[in-house]
Order: sequence, then C-alpha cells, then structure tokens
Amino acid sequence: MELKDKLVSSFPAIGDGADTRSTLHRIRIEAMKQFEYKGFPSKKEEEWKYTSLNALLKSDYSLFPEGKNKLDLEDVKRYFIHDIDSYRLTFVDGRYDEELSDMAHEGFDISLMSTAIENPEYREVIERYFNKTVNAKDSLTSLNTAFLKEGVFVRIPKGKLIGKPIQILHFSTGNGEALMLQPRNLIVVSENAQVQFIERHQSLSDHEVLTNSVTEIFAEKRAVVDYYKIQNDKLKASLIDNTYISQEGESNVSVHTFSFGGKLTRNNLNFYHRGERIESTLKGVTILGEKQHVDHHTLVNHAFPNCESHQDYKGIYADRSTGVFNGKVIVEREAQKTNAFQQNNNILLDDRATVNTKPQLEIFADDVKCSHGCTIGQLDDEALFYLRSRGIPTKEAKALMMYAFANNVLESVRIPEVKVRINKLIAKKLGVDMGFDGE
Amino acid sequence: MLKIQNLQAGVEGREILKGIDLEVNAGEVHAIMGPNGSGKSTLSSVIAGKEEYEVSGGQILFEGEDIDELAAEERAHKGIFLSFQYPVEIPGVSVTNFMRTAINETRKARGLEEMPANEMLKKIREKSELLEIDRNFLSRSLNEGFSGGEKKRNEIFQMAMLEPKLAILDETDSGLDIDALRIVSNGVNKLRSKDNAVIVITHYQRLLDYIVPDFVHVLLDGKIVKSGTAELAHELEEKGYDWIKQEKVSN
Repeated sequence: MELKDKLVSSFPAIGDGADTRSTLHRIRIEAMKQFEYKGFPSKKEEEWKYTSLNALLKSDYSLFPEGKNKLDLEDVKRYFIHDIDSYRLTFVDGRYDEELSDMAHEGFDISLMSTAIENPEYREVIERYFNKTVNAKDSLTSLNTAFLKEGVFVRIPKGKLIGKPIQILHFSTGNGEALMLQPRNLIVVSENAQVQFIERHQSLSDHEVLTNSVTEIFAEKRAVVDYYKIQNDKLKASLIDNTYISQEGESNVSVHTFSFGGKLTRNNLNFYHRGERIESTLKGVTILGEKQHVDHHTLVNHAFPNCESHQDYKGIYADRSTGVFNGKVIVEREAQKTNAFQQNNNILLDDRATVNTKPQLEIFADDVKCSHGCTIGQLDDEALFYLRSRGIPTKEAKALMMYAFANNVLESVRIPEVKVRINKLIAKKLGVDMGFDGE
Repeated sequence: MLKIQNLQAGVEGREILKGIDLEVNAGEVHAIMGPNGSGKSTLSSVIAGKEEYEVSGGQILFEGEDIDELAAEERAHKGIFLSFQYPVEIPGVSVTNFMRTAINETRKARGLEEMPANEMLKKIREKSELLEIDRNFLSRSLNEGFSGGEKKRNEIFQMAMLEPKLAILDETDSGLDIDALRIVSNGVNKLRSKDNAVIVITHYQRLLDYIVPDFVHVLLDGKIVKSGTAELAHELEEKGYDWIKQEKVSN
C-alpha cells in the first residue's frame, strides 16, 4: 500500500474517543481532506523542485508505534545540552518519557499536547491558537494536524521571563521497524514574556525514520523568543520541519537552524508579522557530506510598517551532498519602512556537491530597505596558503576557514552552552580536533 | 642555514627566476632589492612553499635539507616564516585564536605538548607590547579591516610569536608611515640573534636605515646581478637600477 493510502485509511480521528462535535475535531477532518486531496508534494510543484520525497515514501512506516523502548538517561544524555539547567521534555518513539524529562516548573504552562487537547481547562487557549498560523493548503502540515496526538504545549503568561531554556528531544528507537513520527508543538508567549527553546530529533536505530513536525509559535506584544534547532541525525533519518511564527508588535523572535546530519531535511520556516516594530531573525549553518540533503525554505511576511528581518544562512557541502536555500520575503503595501536583509553563502568542497539558492523578494511598498545576496564558491587558496605558511596543516587550515565562514551565524546565539556545543559539532563534522573557543 | 643553488622557478609555464644563488647564514641579515617584476615576491613565495609556483631547476637547501618536496606548513614547522606583502583577511578568526592554533600545530609537528594557556597569554602580552599592539586588536578578526600599518605590525607580531629561524620580510615597509616603520623595524631588530637570519625584500633603501643588512643583493629579471654591503643600498637609492642594468649589458 502506498504511504498516502495507508495514512488515509489509518486516520485516527474517528473512533479514538474524540469529541466529534469539538472545533478540534472539525479542524482535523478538514486537514485530512486537504491531505487526501493534495497528497505528498512532488517535484512538479515549484516549492519542491529541488527536494524529492519519493525515496522516503517507499518505506513501510509504522504510524503508531506500540509501546516504547526503555532508554537510560545516561545513554542519551549526550544529545541534550546537559551542562545547563533546563526544562526537558523527552519523547521516545512519539510518546512522552517521564523519566527522561524534567518539567518541574511553576508560574507558567509547560505540558503535553495530549494533555492540552483533552483538558477542558485548556479548551479556550487551544481554540484560540491551535492551527491558526499554519498554511492550511500545505499538505504535510495538514497531515500533521490530522494525526495530532502528542507534542509540547507551552504558554508563558504576561511579563514572565523563563530563566532556563526548554529542551525538546525526540528519540526514535525504531523498535525493529521504520517509523513515521508527527509531533505537534504549540507555544504561546504572552506580552513582555521571554523564553528560549532547544529542539532536537535523534534516531537511535538503523531503521528509517520520517518525522513530519509542526510547531506554532505565537509571540505577543514585546515577547522575546529564541529557538535553536539542532539537526544532526543519523543517515537514515529524515525530517520535515514546519515552523510557523506569528509575531505581534515589538516582539523579537529568532530561529537558528544547525543542520549537520540526517538523510533529508526540509525546513519550512514561516514568519508572519501582525504589528509594528517587530524583529525577526532567521539564521542557519549547514554542513553536509555523503549524500545528505537539506532544504531551507524561509518566508517572512512583512505586513506592518517599521519591522525588520535578518536572514543569514551559511552552507558547506562536501561529497555528493545537496542543499537548497529558498528565501521568500513579502513586503506588503502597508509595510513601509521595512528593513529586510537576506544572505546565503555557500562553499562547495567537492565537484559533485550542489546548491540551489534562490532569493524571492516580492515588494509592494515603496519606502523600504531590502537586500539579498547569495554566493557559491570554494575556499580561497590565498587565505589557505597564508594559514599554512604559519604552520597550520591543510586540513586544519580548511577547517579554521570554514569555521570562520560559519562563525558570524553563531554570534547571535544567546545561550553560551549551545554555542560551545555547536562549535564542537562543527569541528567534529569538519573532522578536526581544534580548540575552537567561540571567541 | 639557507642555501639556494641555481634556482629556476615560474608560474603557469612562465619562467620568473632564472638561476638564483644565495647563501644565508645564521645571524645574518640579507636585503634583496630590485625593481617591480624582477622576481622578488616569487623568490619569497617559492621559499615559503606556495604551490602554484613550479621549481624547474636548482634547489633550496634549508639546514642542509632539500625542501622542494615539503608543504608550506612543513616548512613553517622547520622554522621558515614569510611576512606577507599583502596579508590575507580572514573574518571570524581572531588574532589570538589564530596564533594559538599556529603555535600549537607547530609544536605538535615538532613532537611537543601544547603550550599551556598561561604561558601562551604571557607570550602574547610580551610580544604585543614589543610591537605596541593594543589588546583589543588581538580579539579582532585576523587582518579584517586592519589598516596597512596594522597588517604589517601584525605580521611581525606573528613572527615574534613563532620565533622562526629564517624570516623573510616581503615588502614589509610598503604602506607604512614613519612611526609604524620604526615600530616594525624595532620589533625585527629585537628578534635578531646569532641563531636566526632575516631576508628583507624591499624596493627602497628606507627600511634598511632601520634594519641594517649585512649583505645587499640586487635582483634583476630573475637573477641576482650584484651583491654588496649596506653601502650598495645607498648607491641604489641615489642612482636607481639603471646603472646596474647598463653594467650588466656592458659585461
């Protein structure tokens, strides 16, 4: 059976005890219809021209893994940023794992999506926010909505500053079979509140994993949200990450995406402005080898005056790896005095590596500053010789240059331990052991 | 220390050095002067091991060893240092981080332990004072946005940190005002010892007032056509290179 048919016939909303009169139920039925109608995206669609899901759709995925494998904290500790005090929400094969988690908190809501959708206490907030930022025409998002089951629900009340980052970890153990996981997160950050997230998807088995994740983030007035995505998964794990961010006036949201692993990764990162003087930051470092593929699709929709967006994506591609950067910036007619910057620079280390980079600016206002630039190049021989003439061997010199190339993306990382971890991952990915100290 | 015999080298099939002979001993300072295009920078690049230059004849012996097959980094490990005419800007790598990496890689190659952090800091402090380098400067990205003078001072700072046996200063005086020239020369002079040697490559005699050479060589069209003492530099300053060219023709 094709994956699509399998999904359609397994649609869980009917007969799983859901309240069939609820708004949520209607949303899921609609979403299922949308997915059934559109199916998985194909390369014929402009937005999927350079990323084919075909190979991924052939596996016979288990959609609702039975039971979960027991994991020891000691065994998986290294996937957390473990040297900081943080809240941890850990999922194993799609299910919440209490022993690997640490949610002790007060003064704000941090809970599971399953709890939030079942608990009447949260009905109002769910009805107000759930599925409200998403692109309802996107079939993968629709699929996730239809299969809504588990994920993270966080609501930060007005003026609350959360001192510890919230880490969201998804492990897959495979349990002897291919897995499809569809986590769903909803994050509401109220006026003047601040919070940071670190998210990671990690396969622990040699089985295929396909994760189709959806995260909605609402940043209300003057809220500050930093989100760090660490993508360093195994070569049989693929991720489709759909992140939708709605920002109100004077809010500041940054998303950093570090893509070093996985088989196929597609990041759909969407920012929608709903007020003035908003700041949005989208940054990424991608370092790939073998036949890995990463596709960054960003959208910033400037709909109000006096807002800023900053995009900076750096990519380093070795072997037969492939990359895509498609950065769409829409500046609506009302959005005067917009500052929108976009930068995508790539280094190809191998003749067989490829990158497709495409800035897409649609500007309807006349008093704006918008810039974009993309480059694809090789390492500068002159600079390489300079470093080598000081005694730094070729391999280390290249690594130092690549590190330097990616470095300015790290400057805006506001959690020092995350910066250190990313530095280490970069060094490891570049195959060198050097004392990068994040200066 | 350095013995160059009948060196012929070029780039992309074009011969630039047409048979150079030069011997530099420990404790000596040699100046190589010559007009543009005479092959001065090619000579320094070939000694430092830049790969795009091809050696087609002759040899370079460093402490008795033919270094033709050695990579640039291996030559650095043996103690050869080139101060670049145009130091390359490397955004994202701080001067300190760069120096630490260079020193520790060199030590690793020589079978030594990494330099302890406090020793490294002390050394950086000492040498930056010698070159009158501001501390803030050390955390800036290597050469990025540096003025011409700052770049050259930074080159000599690196030389001071790496303590090479043989330092080649390629047009270190170009782009320097008189104060920077004094600081840079002072730095080089303090680093001179009976165990190391310096080759100063320059257009002008000006630098040689500060770094007084033991020998001066004139490079013309890929060959050393005249050698002498510091006096020769003064003569060149007065008369230019034409008289040597004529002398060469009449010979």
